[in-house]
Amino acid sequence: MYGKGILKSLSVTWKRFWMTYIEDLSWFFRRMAGGVNRYYTDEGIARRSSADTRGIFTIQYPEEKLPVHEESRYLPFLVYDETEDGEKDVRCTSCGICAKVCPPQCIWIVGKNDPDSGKSIPQIAEFYIDADICMNCGFCSEYCPFDAIKMDHEYELAAYKRNIYNMDMLLKPAEYYASIRPENAAREDEARRVKEEAKAAKKANAA
Amino acid sequence: MATTVSTKSVDLSTIFPDAVIADERKGYTGWLVEKDNLIEIATYVREELDYDLLSSVTGVDYLPEEKMEVVYQVYKTTGGPGLFFKVQIPREDPMEIPSVINIWPGADLQEREIWDLYGIKFPGHPDLRRILTWEGFEGHPMRKDWQEPFYEEETKPFKSRWPKGEHIHAEEINPYHDNLKFPPKFNPENWTPTDPEEALYTSLKKFTTKNEDGLEAEQIIVNMGPQHPSTHGVFRAVVVLDGEKVVSLKPVMGYLHRNHEKIGERNTYLHNMPYTDRLDYFNSMANNWAYALAVEKLMGIEVTERSEYIRVIMSELTRIQNHLVWVGIFLNDLGAVVTPLLYAFEERELILDIFEEVSGARMMCNYYRFGGVVRDMPVRAFEKLKQLVYDRLPGKIEEFERLLSENEILLSRVKGIGYLSAKDAIATSMTGPMLRASGVPYDIRRAEPYGIYDRFDFDVVTRPECDLYARYHVRIEEMHQSLRILEQAVSTIPEGPILPKKPVYQVRVPAGEAYGRIESPKGELGFYVISNGKPNPWRYHVRAPSFINITALEKMCVGEKIADFVAILGAIDIVLGELDR
Ligand code: SF4
Ligand code: SF4
Repeated sequence: MYGKGILKSLSVTWKRFWMTYIEDLSWFFRRMAGGVNRYYTDEGIARRSSADTRGIFTIQYPEEKLPVHEESRYLPFLVYDETEDGEKDVRCTSCGICAKVCPPQCIWIVGKNDPDSGKSIPQIAEFYIDADICMNCGFCSEYCPFDAIKMDHEYELAAYKRNIYNMDMLLKPAEYYASIRPENAAREDEARRVKEEAKAAKKANAA
Repeated sequence: MATTVSTKSVDLSTIFPDAVIADERKGYTGWLVEKDNLIEIATYVREELDYDLLSSVTGVDYLPEEKMEVVYQVYKTTGGPGLFFKVQIPREDPMEIPSVINIWPGADLQEREIWDLYGIKFPGHPDLRRILTWEGFEGHPMRKDWQEPFYEEETKPFKSRWPKGEHIHAEEINPYHDNLKFPPKFNPENWTPTDPEEALYTSLKKFTTKNEDGLEAEQIIVNMGPQHPSTHGVFRAVVVLDGEKVVSLKPVMGYLHRNHEKIGERNTYLHNMPYTDRLDYFNSMANNWAYALAVEKLMGIEVTERSEYIRVIMSELTRIQNHLVWVGIFLNDLGAVVTPLLYAFEERELILDIFEEVSGARMMCNYYRFGGVVRDMPVRAFEKLKQLVYDRLPGKIEEFERLLSENEILLSRVKGIGYLSAKDAIATSMTGPMLRASGVPYDIRRAEPYGIYDRFDFDVVTRPECDLYARYHVRIEEMHQSLRILEQAVSTIPEGPILPKKPVYQVRVPAGEAYGRIESPKGELGFYVISNGKPNPWRYHVRAPSFINITALEKMCVGEKIADFVAILGAIDIVLGELDR
């Protein structure tokens, strides 16, 4: 029969149409019983991006935001540890690996020299990232041997000017890093601790 | 092993002792062919040895040796390894090599590309114009002695970045008037594109304006694009119409050209990985794999077992996601605006969630590394993957079939439209779903398995109809087959390390050449990489399926209505990031 295919098609859209109401109603009843709303709540967002989402699946950005995953990468930032007297202990040693490994070459590093001897020391004087050119590849943080540069979770980056990030804008505390990437931070802290213990043990042995 | 293709089976040098010698440079394979005998040998390879599929033709500039080389890679559609042969000519203008377009019509756009980028002429090519750069462009940008306006240094990493890296903007060293290069005496202010456009239009007017009854009929030229919603970006097709019927057609491209390959030769091997994401930005997981494959062949390293499985999983997910979007956008092109597209995007978003969780980005995944992948799949992502593969996606793909496969409106737009016979499809170097929809069961996953595809059960989907309907069906059925592979991979994936050893940022790549090719969702995606032992590739060529599949566009469109052009172009599944490179 001509037209059967169209009816079959319409049955799909029809089903989808009703599914939105069924889904919304089920959340409505759940809310009556003390549950949460399907919209503007974390649970609702989780449901809409889960493998059994049905009905409306769009997220109402910017009122609603999808959770950012641990590994998500946007722009890099520099990590510093806070010392006991409140100083910033920047992890970066100006080894230059990130500048070499950066595909579009958007990292610019000025190393520091010892004021007395004039020799270079493992600290940075300035660190720039040309955020307009950065392709968010994550290589810098992947290959930095000192866990000093990490990928941020901040993605609302629209600006009126060109974005050259200097050290002031790039530096963020280690606690912040641990808060956005808890698993990675824990793993790296553990690895560093093990390494330092091994070093200490070696020293003790040698002595 | 570091060899790319075994050429043991055919010994061209005994058949043509005077004209062919084996390529014995270290790490190279294949044959060096005399220029004057090229046509004779190519005809023999095509007719007698049955290498019917010209996969790729590309140029290489050996500046230190003062030579130019053109590399031909041919395969059999019945499967098996390919045959490489190369023609070398002295590196001084005019450089000329006879065109093989009459033997393999698929060389059409590729020879134009070599002329454009390397300045090698192909006598015998009917329409040798620039293709990726604009008509007034000076020089041939892939030549090793050509420098781009923003030139800093021959290769990365640039020395100005560290340890004295005071930031400067690129234009500060290149003030505007120095940023563009024009031919001598060329003034862009009063230039009008007369000659090149004329050449384009003359190449179109192959037909008389008289119809069978002797009536004068006026033909009109219509520019579809560069800004037209059906072209999915900036692609232009110049169409000659007789009434509503397409009489002839020429694709015009390059609006998004950024000389990806030149950038690739300035980069180090590792740098190129995220750049491949930006070719076919729907399938970064597939692009990464093809590039990794080529470099792994050069380096001679093995991929770890678990990574092999992860690679298969990611690349099959990417295929499903690509085909879903294709169905949605194809229906959009046909006029079923947005509804099927949003249905497709719902599933695609779920797949992209998995990509984001494993790689950190939804589209620009940059996930593969030489020898494996960057990190293991988190448990959460694996759980979601299982739910999708076992519970959700099979039903959703069936829903698409219910929605579309019997829908009379769709059928009347796709049945019998855009006919391309198997013979023509092979001749014009079509690959992927386009080729299989013409009834040729050619799938690189079977024909020349890479990774661990030989361990999985799946069917190579073909359809006999050779029209848009077949192309639609092949893709739907391929999604089912991908799910089959995924089910097997998910249930048998072993535990184990992800990378063979600690990753280093400066990989050592021995000298030689390698061609890594995979069955990407759009067709054969190949990376041809030449190393000279330095940290940067000497040659980095992308055999892009979107680009080469355009070769048959005219053949499919002639005789159809102009409205069907939109559907035919849509069915090729092009992505401009890859087409223009
Ligand atoms: S951020 Fe890391 S890789 Fe970059 S210079 Fe500092 S220590 Fe080296
Ligand atoms: S994320 Fe990639 S592009 Fe951006 S600064 Fe790091 S290495 Fe460079």
